[in-house]
Amino acid sequence: MFVAGCDVGSLTSKAVIMKDGKIIESVIIKSKARPWESADEVMGMALSKAGLTIKDIKRCVGTGYGRDKISFIDEAVSEITCHGKGARWLVPSVKTVIDIGGQDCKAIRMDDKGNMLKFITNDKCASGTGRFLEVMAKVMNLNLDELGEMSARSKHPISFASACTVWAQADVIQHLNDKVPIEDIAAGVNNAMASRMSTLANSIGLESDVCMTGGVAKNNGVVNALEKHLGIRIKRIRREDPQIAGAIGAALFAMEKASGGVI
Amino acid sequence: MITAGCDIGSLTAKAVILKDGNMLASEVILASAQPERSALEVIRRAVKKAGITIEDIEYCVGTGYGRKHIPFMNSMESEIICHGRGAVWQVPSARTVVDIGGQDAKAIRVDEKGNVERYVYNDKCASGTGRFLEIVADSLDIKLDDMGAISGRSSEKLTLSNQCVIFAETEIISLVNEGKEIADIISALHQAVANRAASLARGILVAPDAVMTGGVAKNSGMFSALERALGVKLHRVDNPQINGALGAAIIAMDTLELSKKKVETVRAVAIN
Repeated sequence: MFVAGCDVGSLTSKAVIMKDGKIIESVIIKSKARPWESADEVMGMALSKAGLTIKDIKRCVGTGYGRDKISFIDEAVSEITCHGKGARWLVPSVKTVIDIGGQDCKAIRMDDKGNMLKFITNDKCASGTGRFLEVMAKVMNLNLDELGEMSARSKHPISFASACTVWAQADVIQHLNDKVPIEDIAAGVNNAMASRMSTLANSIGLESDVCMTGGVAKNNGVVNALEKHLGIRIKRIRREDPQIAGAIGAALFAMEKASGGVI
Repeated sequence: MITAGCDIGSLTAKAVILKDGNMLASEVILASAQPERSALEVIRRAVKKAGITIEDIEYCVGTGYGRKHIPFMNSMESEIICHGRGAVWQVPSARTVVDIGGQDAKAIRVDEKGNVERYVYNDKCASGTGRFLEIVADSLDIKLDDMGAISGRSSEKLTLSNQCVIFAETEIISLVNEGKEIADIISALHQAVANRAASLARGILVAPDAVMTGGVAKNSGMFSALERALGVKLHRVDNPQINGALGAAIIAMDTLELSKKKVETVRAVAIN
C-alpha cells in the first residue's frame, strides 16, 4: 500500500511516498508562486521517480502553509501536528522539536507517547526564521551552506545590538565595509539565529531528547550555536533529511487512516 | 543670548539657533557616516543662515544617537527630553508627542512645561520606524518625499497582513505583481507603520493634545494614518524634523539663564 505526504511551505515544497511504513521516495523543490502549482510539481516528481501515478496512492495528506490549496489530497493536517509526528518517527525518544522553516519557527513539546503537550510559533517576525539567514547570506554573497560551515572557523564572532533582520542586515553591511573577517560575521549571524530560537524554545520548557527539523537543521553553525545557547545536546537526524519531517508526518497520518489503525 | 541645539540622528543631522527665545535659523542635512562631520556641517550652515559666527553661540546642547561625537557642544541631553521640550514650545497645549524617526519611534507624555512624565521607545524592530518607509520606497523606486502625495491619490483600501518589514516587503512585491495601484499600496504601508507606532504610543496612554514630530511627520499620508490609528486629532508643527534640535536649543537657553542667575546670586552674596 502506497501513501503520501505533501508539505507546501513558503520557500520549499516537499513530497514523501511511503510503502508499508518505509519511505520509498522523497523530493524537495523551491516553492512556486501558487501553492497548488508547487504541490502538483513536487508530487508529480516523486511519483514519476517511484514509477507510480496518483491513482496508486491510497491516501495522501497535505500540510504546510499552502495545504488548503492542494488539489489531490484526502485531508489537510496542521504543520505542528505533522512535524511532531515526523520528528517522533525519525527520533523515537524525542520530547522537544524545534522546527525552523523559511518564514516561521516553532517549538513543540510532546509526552512519552508522542502526544503534543504544548507548542509555540513565530510567524510575525523574520528574526529567528530561515528568512533571516537568507537575507544575511544574500548581503554576504554566500549560499546558505557556506554560511553554516564558515562559522566553525570564527575566532571572534560579531554580535548584534538588535534581533531585527533589518537592523542586523545594516550591521552586517557595516562589518563587511570595515573588513571584519567573513567567518566572524557568519558566526555572529548563526549565533543571532540561535539566540532568537532559544528564547522561543525555552518559553515552552525544554525536555530531552531535543531534535531539530526544517531546512535550517542542516546548518551546523546554527545547530552548534543553539546547543550552546540552550545548554543541551540536540539529537541530529541522520535517517532522513530533516527538511522533510513535516511531509513524513503527513504520510504517516495518511498511512494510519488508510490502514484503519495506529501504527 | 544666543544658544544652539544640535540633533545628530541616524539619517539626518539637525541644528537650531535661538536668540532670546526666537528662532534665528534651522538646518537639516543628510547625515554622513561620521557623526562629527555631520555635526560640523549642519552647524556651519545654520550659523551662516543666522548671519552669526560660531563664536557667537554661548551654549550648545547636543542630542540624537550621535550626540557623543558633536565636537562643539557644551552638554548633552537625551532625545526624549529634547523632543518633549521642543514639542511644547511649538504647541503649548501638547501633552503627548509621537516622534517617528529614521530608525526609531517614541511616544512621550509631557507636562505643561514640556517635562517628560513617561515615555516608550522602540529601536529594536524596524517596523513602525521611518526605515520601513525607506525600504519600500527603495524597492518600488519612488522618492521618500513623494510618498505622502502618492498615497493621497489612493482609491482602493488595501491592508498589509504582515507587520515585519522583511515579510511586508515580499507582500508588497506580490501586490505590485497582482497589478494593484502603487498609490493604494503606499497608503496601506502608511497605515501599517502608523498602526505599529500607535500601538507603541498606547503604552503611555495618549492624552490630548497630541503632536507628531520627526521627519516622518512631513509625510502627509503618514500624518493622517497616525491620526486614524490613534483616534485623536494631531497638531501640526511647522517643522517637525527639527523638534529635537529645537528642544536642545531651549535647554541650552535654560542652562545658560540658570548659570547666569547663579553668578548673579554669588555676586550679590559677595557684595553684601
